[in-house]
Amino acid sequence: MKHVIYRNLTSKILSFGFIFFLTFSISLNAQDETAATAGDPVNGKSLFNANCAACHKLNKPMTGPALANVEQRLYDEEGLDREWLNKWIRNSSALIKSGDAYANKVYNEWNQVAMNAFPQLTDQQITDILAYTAAPPPAPVVADTAVAQEGGGAQGGISNEIILGALAVLFGLLAMALIVVKRTLNRFADAKGIPVVEEGEKRLPLWKAFAQNQFLVLVTSIFFLLSSGYFVYGYLMQVGIDQGYEPVQPIHYSHRIHAGDNGIDCKYCHSSARVSKHSGIPSLNICMNCHKAIGEVAEVTQQEGINEYGVDYNAEIQKLYKAVGWDESTQSYTGETAPVEWIRIHNLPDLAYFNHAQHVSVAGVECQTCHGPVEEMEIMYQHAPLTMGWCINCHRETNVNVKDNGYYTKIHEELSKKYGVDQLTAAQMGGLECGKCHY
Amino acid sequence: MSSNKKYWKSVEELNENSSLIETLQQNEFVEEIPTDEFLGDKDSLESSSTSRRDFLKYVGFSTAAASLAACEGPVIKSIPYVVQPKEIIPGVANYYATTIADGYDFASVLVKTREGRPIKIENNTDAATNGMANARVHASILGLYDNLRVKAPTKGGSAISWDTFMAETTSKLDVLKAEGKEIAILTQTFSSPSTRNLIADFKEEYTNVRHVEYDAISESKTLEAFQAKYGEYAMANYDFSKAMTIVSVGADFLGDWQGGGYESGYAKNRIPQNGKMSRHIQFESNMSLTGANADKRVPMTGSEQKLALAKLYSYVTGNSVGGSLPEGLDKAVRSVASEISKAGSNAVVVTSIQDINAQTVVLELNEYLKSKAFDPKTTVKTRRGNDNAVKSLVNDMKAGKISAIIMAGVNPVYTLPNSSDFIEGLKKTELSISFSMKEDETSSECQYIAALPHYLESWGDYEFKKGHYSLMQPTIRPLFDTKQFQEVLMGWTANQQSYRDYIKLIWSEDILNGASFNKAVQDGVFVSSYDEMGDYDKLEENNSGNEDDIEMPSGNAARALASSAKSKGMELILYPKVGMGDGQQANNPWLQEFPDPITRTSWDNYLAVSKADADTMGFVNENVANGGLNGSYANVTVNGVTVSNIPVIIQPGQAKGTVGLAFGYGKTKGLKQEMQTGVNAYPLYQNFSSVQNVTIEKASGMHEFACVQLHNTLMGRGDIIKETTLEIFNTKDKNYWNAIPKVSKDHIETPVTSPDVDLWDSFDRSIGHHFNLSIDLNACTGCGACVIACHAENNVPVVGKSEMRRSRDMHWLRIDRYYSSQDSFEGDNEKKDNISGLSSSLSEFGEMESPADNPQVAFQPVMCQHCNHAPCETVCPVAATVHSRQGQNHMAYNRCVGTRYCANNCPYKVRRFNWFLYNKNDEFDYYMNDDLGRMVLNPDVTVRSRGVMEKCSFCIQKTQKTILDAKRAGRPVEDGEFQTACSAACGNGAMVFGDINDESSKIAELKEDDRAYHLLESVGTKPNVVYQAKVRNTAKA
Repeated sequence: MKHVIYRNLTSKILSFGFIFFLTFSISLNAQDETAATAGDPVNGKSLFNANCAACHKLNKPMTGPALANVEQRLYDEEGLDREWLNKWIRNSSALIKSGDAYANKVYNEWNQVAMNAFPQLTDQQITDILAYTAAPPPAPVVADTAVAQEGGGAQGGISNEIILGALAVLFGLLAMALIVVKRTLNRFADAKGIPVVEEGEKRLPLWKAFAQNQFLVLVTSIFFLLSSGYFVYGYLMQVGIDQGYEPVQPIHYSHRIHAGDNGIDCKYCHSSARVSKHSGIPSLNICMNCHKAIGEVAEVTQQEGINEYGVDYNAEIQKLYKAVGWDESTQSYTGETAPVEWIRIHNLPDLAYFNHAQHVSVAGVECQTCHGPVEEMEIMYQHAPLTMGWCINCHRETNVNVKDNGYYTKIHEELSKKYGVDQLTAAQMGGLECGKCHY
Repeated sequence: MSSNKKYWKSVEELNENSSLIETLQQNEFVEEIPTDEFLGDKDSLESSSTSRRDFLKYVGFSTAAASLAACEGPVIKSIPYVVQPKEIIPGVANYYATTIADGYDFASVLVKTREGRPIKIENNTDAATNGMANARVHASILGLYDNLRVKAPTKGGSAISWDTFMAETTSKLDVLKAEGKEIAILTQTFSSPSTRNLIADFKEEYTNVRHVEYDAISESKTLEAFQAKYGEYAMANYDFSKAMTIVSVGADFLGDWQGGGYESGYAKNRIPQNGKMSRHIQFESNMSLTGANADKRVPMTGSEQKLALAKLYSYVTGNSVGGSLPEGLDKAVRSVASEISKAGSNAVVVTSIQDINAQTVVLELNEYLKSKAFDPKTTVKTRRGNDNAVKSLVNDMKAGKISAIIMAGVNPVYTLPNSSDFIEGLKKTELSISFSMKEDETSSECQYIAALPHYLESWGDYEFKKGHYSLMQPTIRPLFDTKQFQEVLMGWTANQQSYRDYIKLIWSEDILNGASFNKAVQDGVFVSSYDEMGDYDKLEENNSGNEDDIEMPSGNAARALASSAKSKGMELILYPKVGMGDGQQANNPWLQEFPDPITRTSWDNYLAVSKADADTMGFVNENVANGGLNGSYANVTVNGVTVSNIPVIIQPGQAKGTVGLAFGYGKTKGLKQEMQTGVNAYPLYQNFSSVQNVTIEKASGMHEFACVQLHNTLMGRGDIIKETTLEIFNTKDKNYWNAIPKVSKDHIETPVTSPDVDLWDSFDRSIGHHFNLSIDLNACTGCGACVIACHAENNVPVVGKSEMRRSRDMHWLRIDRYYSSQDSFEGDNEKKDNISGLSSSLSEFGEMESPADNPQVAFQPVMCQHCNHAPCETVCPVAATVHSRQGQNHMAYNRCVGTRYCANNCPYKVRRFNWFLYNKNDEFDYYMNDDLGRMVLNPDVTVRSRGVMEKCSFCIQKTQKTILDAKRAGRPVEDGEFQTACSAACGNGAMVFGDINDESSKIAELKEDDRAYHLLESVGTKPNVVYQAKVRNTAKA
C-alpha cells in the first residue's frame, strides 16, 4: 500500500508542477505568437480537431505527416511560405497536378493519398490552425481538475484505509492496555495478599456440559452434517461451471470503453452473430477500422486505466499494432502478423449446439441477456452459468418473437389456439426437445 | 422326484479310499499359493522403500489429485483471423461449383466448405451433364486430407523445391530436344480444352513428342468403332430417359460403363406413370448393379453375349448371321428382338463388349431403330484411352526409343497387365517424371515425382460431352507444395500466365462466345449451343439426308462378331466395383468400408463363382459362429499369368461357366496397411480385354470376409419389400398388391393403421413441420451414393475390416439387397403360400433360404425409420432417445449410457453402437486419428464417443438450418428446401424428403400414393419413412 501512496503523491506533485510550469511558459509563448502572426491557437485547436485530426496529429505521423510547427519547418527546410501552404490546404491535388516539386514529393511519400481539399477555410482560420500547430494551447482546465479530483478520490480511498488501520492500532493498544492494567492489578493483589477469586474452576467447563447433553450433540451434528452436505453439493454442482471466469487475455481489451463509453454496437465487431452460429471473435482488421486512426487513447482514459485498472492502454494498442503488423511511423502494414491467441471464455461442450443467429436475429434477444453488462466490464467474464437448466429456464419463460415474421404466421396461429394463449414461449414451440440442441 | 444317482467327475472318485479326492475336496487350489513367499518375509517388507502404508498413501493421494485436477477446466484458445476474408463467416458454409475429372470419374459437383475447408461433395443440380455424384465422387473429398499424399516434388525419394525441379527438368528436356530424342507424355483422359492446347504447345516446343492417353479400364474398342462409323474418336451418348425398352448386352450402365452418368436418365422412366414404365432386359455374366435392376436378366457367358448380340441384330434387321445359341438363350433373344421391333424408336441397345464388331453392331442397330435415346452427335469424351497407342508406347520404351516419359494421372505399373515390361522400359528412359498425388507403384519407379494437388485445390476445364463444358476451381489453398500438371507444362513452354488466366483465355476465345467467364465459374458448367459448332453441320447433313430411308446395314459386323464368338472353357469377366472403380481411391477408408451393393462385402475383392461351378470345383462359402462369412481361395491363371489366393464368393446369378473379379484392389504402394486389401486383377487384364479364358484351381485355406449381409433370400416376406408387376399394378386394386396388414382385435380383422389397435395415444403432429422421407424402390438403383453422403455429413466413423466382420458397421444408412429363391419374388410368395403341414414347411422353407441360380434382386435403403411409435424410446432407461413434434426421433448422445436396449428393441436394426472410441484413436488408423483427416468432419454434428448409441437423425442439423434460414428471412419454408444428406445425394429422385404438413408438397402427395407402404407395417411402429412399392415390368415376358 505504501508504495502506491508514495507513487501517487509523486505523480501528483509532478503533474502540479508541470501544469504550473506550462501555464507560465505557454502564456509567455502565446504572447510572442500573437505579436508575430496574430493567430488564435484556441480557435485553431477547435478547427484542427474538426478538420485535420482525422488524418493528422501534432507529434506523430498518421494518415498524413505530423504537423507540429509545420509552418516553421517548411520555411526552414524547403523555403516554402504561407502562400504555398494556403494553396496546399485549399486544394492539394491541384497543386500536385501543377507539377509542384515538393507537393509531388509529399504526395508520393504518403502512399499517393491526396489530402482532402479545404477551400472553405479563410486565411485567418488557417492562421489560427497554424498557430495551434506551432504551439498548442494548454489543455482545458476542466480536464486538469478532473485528473486532480480523481487523484483526490483515490487518495480518499487510501485515507479511509489509513483511518481503519489507525483504529485497529488504537483498539490493539486499548486491548494491550487492559491486559497490562489487569496484570498490574493482579500484581497489586499478590503483593497485598488479597486472594483473587477464580470462579471458573468450580464450574463445569462449557464444552463438557455440551458433550454431556446428548440432545444438543445430536442436533449440532445433524446441523453440521446437513450444512456440510449443502456445501459439498454446492461445490460439486459448480464443477465445470465457469460462471465468472475471467482469464487474463493477451491484450487487455476493455469492453467498458468500446461498448460502454464509446457506445459501439456489439454487432459492429461481432457481426457474424447475426448470420452464424458463432458470434465470432472480430478479426484484427475490424479493430484497425478505428485503430488505424486511434493510436493513443485520450489522456484522461490513459490516466484512468493506470490508476484504476493498472493498465497502460496505449501499450495495449501497441500490442494490437504488433499483432496486425502495423507500422505507425510509416502508416503501413508490414505484412508480419502474429495472430492474437485469445482465451475463450464461453465454452459450450461439443454436444450442445447453440446458434447465435437464432437468438440475435430471429428472437431479438439482447446480447446482455446472456453475456451480462458487457458495457461495464473492463475485462470480459462469463456472466451466465451456461448450464442446461439455465437455457431451459429461459426457453420456458421467454415468449417467441413472432412479430412480422412470415415463418411463424401459420404455426403461431395454430399453436396459440391449441394452448389457448396469445404469446407462445419457446418451450411451447418445441424449444425443449432434446434434438433441438443435441445432435 | 429324487434320485439316488451319483454323478462323478473322474474315475478317481469311484475309489473311496483315494487320498487325492480328499485333498481336492479340502483345497480350493490344487497348488499351494505362495503367499508366504512375498508376505512372510518381514525383513524385505520392512526394508522396502514402499511400505504397504506408503502404497495406500500414494493411491489415495493420486486419486484425490486426479479428481481435483478434473474439476479444473482446460484453457481453450480462440484465434481469429488477422484479416478475415470477406467471403468467410465462421459457422456459415460456402458452396463452390467445381468438377472432378480424375480420368475415371467425371462429374460436376458442388463443394461445401466451412471456414475455408471443403467438407462435403454435393450434386450440382444446374449441370445437365454428369451433375450427379456417385459414391466414389462423394468419397473423393477424403482424398484431399490423405496424409500419404506427396507433399512436395521429390527426386529419387527426397524432397526438392519446385525451382530445382523446373530447372533440372527443363535443362534435361532441352538437351533431349537438341539431340532430337523422343519424349512421351502418358496421361489419363483429360478431355480438357486448355490441357489439349498446352500439350500441343509442348509438342511444338519440343518437336519430337508423343502424347498417349490411357484409361486403366479401356473403352478403346468402343471409341474405334465409333470413329470408324462417324469419324470422331469419341463415344455415342445415350439418354435413357427417352427409351422405353432398354436392352443391354453386358453393359453395366448404372455403374461405370463408358464413363458412367446414365443412372438418373434411366431412373426417370422406371417410376410408373400413367401405367407406363420402361422395360429393361439385361444379358450378362456377372451379377451387376444394372442386371440387378433389370426386369429380365439372362445370364450368359462372354462369348454367348457376342453371339446373342449378333443374333439380336439379325432377328431385328433380318440379316442372317452364323453360329447358334443354346435353345433357351435363343428363345430369350428372339423374344427380346420382337420387343425391340415393337418398340421401334423407343428402344435402345447398348453393350460393353470390347470388340469393334460388337460396338459397330450396336451403333448400326440403334441407327436402324432410329432410337430416340441414341445420340451420336453429342459425343461423350470422358474416355479417350487408346490401347494400341499404349501397347506401342510400352514396346518402344522397352526398345529404348523413348528418352523421356512424363506421366500424369496414371499408374501404369499398377494398372498395366504387362507392368514388368513397362518398368523395364521406364529404366531405359533418361528422364522419367510422374505427376502423382501418391508415391504409388509408378511414381516410386520414376526419377521425379511432381506432387499434384487434389482436384479441390486445382483449376481446370473439361468437356464431358460435345458442347457440354465444366469448370474446376480451387476450394481451398493447396495444403502442400504442389503444382498442377498444366502449370508445369506452362513452365516448360515458357508460358508466363497463371493457369487460371490461361483457361480464361482459351474459354473466351473458343468456348464462351461472349458469355461471362465468372458466371461459368459460378455455375461450374457451360453448355454451348450446337449451331455454332462447325463440325456438327456436316454430321447433321449426313444424317438428315438419310432420315427417311435408313440405309440397310450390311450386317458384316454382326457376322464377324458371330464368328468371333468362340468359347474355350471357363471365362473370367473383369469388372469395376461400384465402390472402388479403377482403384485410384484405394486409400479411401469410406470406399473400402462401403459394402458392395450386390455382395454386401466390404474391404475385399473376390472371385464371384456360380453355385454350380463352385460345387464342381469344390469352393465353399460358410458362415462361422460370429456371423462372419468365410470362403475358399482360388488360383486363377490366364495365359500363364497366375493370380493366387483370390477369395471366392458364391454369387447367385453368376452365369455358369464364368467367374467375375473386380479391378481396383491389391494396391501395395501409397496407401495405408489397412487399405492394402484384395488382389490385383490388372495382371489378368491381358490385351485390355475384360473377358479372359482362365483355368481355376482351388487353393488351401479359408478367407475371412467382412460381409454385412448374407446371401440369403427375402423368404417371401412381402412386409419388407412389396413388389408387384406392372400388369397387376395397372389392373388390380391397391388392396390387392399393397394391402395394409391386418391384426385381430376382438376377433375382428382390423387394419394395423387403425387407432383402435394402437397401444399408444398419438401425439398431435399436425402443427409445425412433420418430416417424412419417401424412398421409391423403383427409382433406387442401389448405387450407394447416399451411403457415402451420409458418411460425410454425419461424421460416421470407419471401423475397419475385423469390426465389419463382427457386424459392428456404423453406417447410418444401409442398402439391403434381397434375392428371390424362385426365379422371381412372385414365385417365392406363391411357394410360401402353398406350404402347408409340418413336413412341407420344414423342407420348403429350407429350400427357400437359398437364392435361385438367376434370382430377382431388390434393393432397399434402410435408415432409422423415425417411428411415431418408436419401440426404442420406450425402453431407454435414461430417456436418451425421445420424440420430437417434427417427426424426428432424437438421440441425445450425452445422455446415452450405452445399455443397447434400444438397439435390441428396434425392429429395423438401424441403431449403431460405438464399441470403441473411433476418433483420435490410433487403433483405428483411417482418418479420424490425424489432424489432416479430421478436417473433413462436419462441425455441426457431434463426433460420438465410445459407449453411446447413434443412428440416423433425419439430418436434423440440415432441417434446423433450413428452418433458421426461413426464420431469418421471415418467410415460410418452401417445398424442396428440406433435404437430408441422402435425399440430396440421390440424383435418381428415389429419395424425397419434406414436410407432410405442407399439403402442397411432393412428399405429402407421395405419402398418399398407391404404392406407399411402411417397412414392417404390421409391427405398428408408424414410421416416418415411407417406401414406394417396387413395380416390375415383367408383363411381356
